[in-house]
Amino acid sequence: MSLKVVIPTPLRKFTAGAETVEVQAATVEEVLANLDSKYPGFRASVCDETGALRRFINIYLDGEDVRFLENLATPVADGAEIAIVPAISGG
Amino acid sequence: MGDFKELLNEAKKQIKEVSVQEVRDKLNPDNGFTLVDVREGDEWEQGHLDKALFLPRGFLEVKADKTLTDKNQPVVVYCAGGVRSALAAKTLQDLGYSNVYSMRGGFTEWKNNGFPFVTPEKVGKDQMARYSRHLRIPEVGEKGQLKLLKSKVLLVGAGGLGSPAGVYLAASGVGTIGLVDYDVVDESNLQRQILHWTSSVGIPKVDSARRTLFEINPDVKVRTYAVHLDASNILDIMQDYDVIVSGSDNFTTAYMVNDAALLLKKPVAYGSIFRFEGQASTFIPYAGPCFRCLYATATPPELAPSCDEAGVLGVLPGVIGLIQATEAIKLLLNLGTTLSGRLLVYDALEMSFRQFKLRRDPACSACGPNAHIDLKSIPEFVCAVQTASAQG
Repeated sequence: MSLKVVIPTPLRKFTAGAETVEVQAATVEEVLANLDSKYPGFRASVCDETGALRRFINIYLDGEDVRFLENLATPVADGAEIAIVPAISGG
Repeated sequence: MGDFKELLNEAKKQIKEVSVQEVRDKLNPDNGFTLVDVREGDEWEQGHLDKALFLPRGFLEVKADKTLTDKNQPVVVYCAGGVRSALAAKTLQDLGYSNVYSMRGGFTEWKNNGFPFVTPEKVGKDQMARYSRHLRIPEVGEKGQLKLLKSKVLLVGAGGLGSPAGVYLAASGVGTIGLVDYDVVDESNLQRQILHWTSSVGIPKVDSARRTLFEINPDVKVRTYAVHLDASNILDIMQDYDVIVSGSDNFTTAYMVNDAALLLKKPVAYGSIFRFEGQASTFIPYAGPCFRCLYATATPPELAPSCDEAGVLGVLPGVIGLIQATEAIKLLLNLGTTLSGRLLVYDALEMSFRQFKLRRDPACSACGPNAHIDLKSIPEFVCAVQTASAQG
């Protein structure tokens, strides 16, 4: 399954500035695992020590918050768009 | 054919005249009488009896049927001095109205007796030109403009986001704009904070902003709060306002504004920015998700430093601040569909706007069923690099 991941500005330091990254994955969990193997440290920025999604980061699968789907176990379809959106505070 | 005096006397013989005292005491809408003002529009605008119907004498015959549907309805007709109303009362009788009175002495006599009257709400003649492009939009129109002129919007932060929001809200004729910011204008603000000009460097942001907003639109009342928002003052400051524009540069204030808005049930037009990226949403207490439903906790400073530390594209807050201002106007005028339940994410590099669905979090600590709001318990989210600015 090939899908597009939208990387938020604060996490682009991991992706050498790339705004979007293509990954192969069947679940949201796999998306994060694949990103972490490509960009070591990525997963720890998004998930806490227990492996749960940090509460200041939302992951949207085609516009839907995965917390209201099956969380990290949510299956992802070919061609889907995953967006990682952290809270930002600038004003 | 007689002259005018004969015509008038003839009319007066055939109709019933009543005094202004009788109208005040008995023949009034509270007792089932319909008041009909037959003067011209410019006279009506200067003031008229409360609950009176406006039916200029020139249109009397044409419009009586539609305005006064029941021919047995008791009607008191008045004009400025009692002449036109006598003739109008005669006309109404001729049209079959059976219970018509003319008020002797008219509105002049009424006013001279010190009786109460109302002045219709109009956008003033001197304001017609300024707001003419609003008046031409049916969805805004005179009613909407009057609503805006009576509205109060609080800008939390007179910085990057508060600047464009404040400028446009003032230009739009939002009657009262409150500004909360305890910062002083710094040269590094000028690249994006368009409320502040080169000559404002060194003066408090709220004073600089007041000067700019006055230049833009002297109709607008500007109230300033050069304070750090905290549990001791936030409810007092926010309670007077219809809409809150949340554009602070730190999570503590954003959560503080969210929680206070829930307590006061005030809608919040939210925005935040980071380098090339901005987020906006609208939080309507208990009807839609709140900021804590969106983000239960704050991003640690290493991931979300403020603009002062991380830098921000100067034009970016213009886009997000104006989305917030647009939401504020829509909330005030009850227009369109707001961003309630949606997070809008703008990426200036990609020039993309993405929308994400937001839902109320049943476990939300601020608006969920087991919520407990304690403004004093909101932690200070300490920045990795301490800066002078906290609301920039």
